[in-house]
Amino acid sequence: MQLPVYLDYSATTPVDQRVVDAMIPWLSQRFGNPASRSHSYGWDAEKAVENAREEVAALVNCDVRELAWTSGATESINLALKGAAMFYKERGRHLITVKTEHKATLDTMRELERSGFEVTYLDVRDDGLIDLEVFKAALRPDTILVSVMSVNNEIGVIQDIPAIGEICRERGIVFHVDSAQATGKIAIDLAKLKVDLMSFSAHKTYGPKGVGALFVRRKPRIHIEAQIHGGGHERGMRSGTLPTHQIVGMGEAFRLARLEMAAENERVRMLRDRLYRGVCEMEEVFVNGDMTHRVPHNLNISFNYVEGESLIMAVKDLAVSSGSACTSASLEPSYVLRALGRSDELAHSSIRFSVGRFTTEQEIDFAIALLKGKVGKLRDMSPLWEMVKDGIDLNSVKWAAH
Amino acid sequence: MAYSDKVIDHYENPRNVGALDKADPSVGTGMVGAPACGDVMKLQIRVNDDGIIEDARFKTYGCGSAIASSSLVTEWVKGKTLDQAMAIRNTQIAEELALPPVKIHCSILAEDAIKAAIDDYRTKHGQTAGAEPKAA
Repeated sequence: MQLPVYLDYSATTPVDQRVVDAMIPWLSQRFGNPASRSHSYGWDAEKAVENAREEVAALVNCDVRELAWTSGATESINLALKGAAMFYKERGRHLITVKTEHKATLDTMRELERSGFEVTYLDVRDDGLIDLEVFKAALRPDTILVSVMSVNNEIGVIQDIPAIGEICRERGIVFHVDSAQATGKIAIDLAKLKVDLMSFSAHKTYGPKGVGALFVRRKPRIHIEAQIHGGGHERGMRSGTLPTHQIVGMGEAFRLARLEMAAENERVRMLRDRLYRGVCEMEEVFVNGDMTHRVPHNLNISFNYVEGESLIMAVKDLAVSSGSACTSASLEPSYVLRALGRSDELAHSSIRFSVGRFTTEQEIDFAIALLKGKVGKLRDMSPLWEMVKDGIDLNSVKWAAH
Repeated sequence: MAYSDKVIDHYENPRNVGALDKADPSVGTGMVGAPACGDVMKLQIRVNDDGIIEDARFKTYGCGSAIASSSLVTEWVKGKTLDQAMAIRNTQIAEELALPPVKIHCSILAEDAIKAAIDDYRTKHGQTAGAEPKAA
């Protein structure tokens, strides 16, 4: 078993060896520019790009003409939000998103605010899900664009995209969905979903980093303003020479996801649940986010009465993400967990475990044993834990703030 | 954050973790910090008839530097008189552990914990407290 044990598949995944094998020839022997129209090098590469586009379209059930290649989900989100907001700005200036979105969305929205748009950041319920009534109440006559992620990157909860899509479509509002964390984890059917724009990433689904795609619906037709100019590639939506090898990799990764996700998700769910049962044998552990509307890969747990930074030090044999971004200056608790109403202490002492294709039962058992040992040791060392065990209500103690 | 080897050593092998009987007249207990600030330290000393600190125990909720600072001072106070222990300064702790500037507050808290424990012992014995109990 290799240490640290990798339980951070929501951050990125290794490129599947089958994907690597598919990519390699396109770097050397078959190096043509897919935009070259005058010789077989170009035709060959173009064919590979279009085959890959078919594979991406097959996983999410859309038309190949509705997909534009990008450098990844962050670029797709930027293109979708800025592109749609700029195109439809005469209709209105109001945009809606959610406080628990990825920074790619939140920072893009902030940028749009600086360009004169007004943005509503919706609160979520304490289970991480959007309250549809709260969403409806936020809609205005001048709302032109809504952006919601289908699967949250930190807590793995699945938002009700079909219902939000219906509400947007009824009112003629453009609806963008960030599906970076969703492909290969939940079924996506764009023929049924009333979604106008959808962002994808390859590297969260065993493909390479540096490539993604944006779905732009044709019926009813959605327009976006290009953000990168120079050559008019991808129907003018995104210029730039296409990275054939990356695109082939994304196509192969999404093909494998389509064929294997049903069986893989069962196995992954079993491992996640094993981890969940294991850590729940400890006292005072809390799951962050709803457990039912959740991808099978994710487990986000807060360990009460254990300080966040010492917890990070304690689990250095596990490659996991912490609820507190430990910067040189300060500990910033996760804004996602804060939006769920978790206290700073609980947000700090949280860990996101995300399991994946190559996680083994042995690795899960190692993680459980390590956590039990380390959390136990930190609690034995904690005066707070001692007081709790003595039946003292910590809220009744007068602390000297410093 | 990069920790010094000494911090990591104290974090992984903390010295003198535990508790002494708070009600014992020979024991002084000091608790400083607040959960909301991310550090709470409890330091206890046992003082013998000659006025020498013969044992010390700690429990700390906090980051690696806070745990290391409290672990270190339990080693330092042992064998000292109360006045000698009172003279331990946070700068000495910070220097010994090579704490970065953002972790200096951990050493201040450890100094405050020693003072609080000594004050508690002296109060039990009817002596005037050697220092004002400082807000941590």
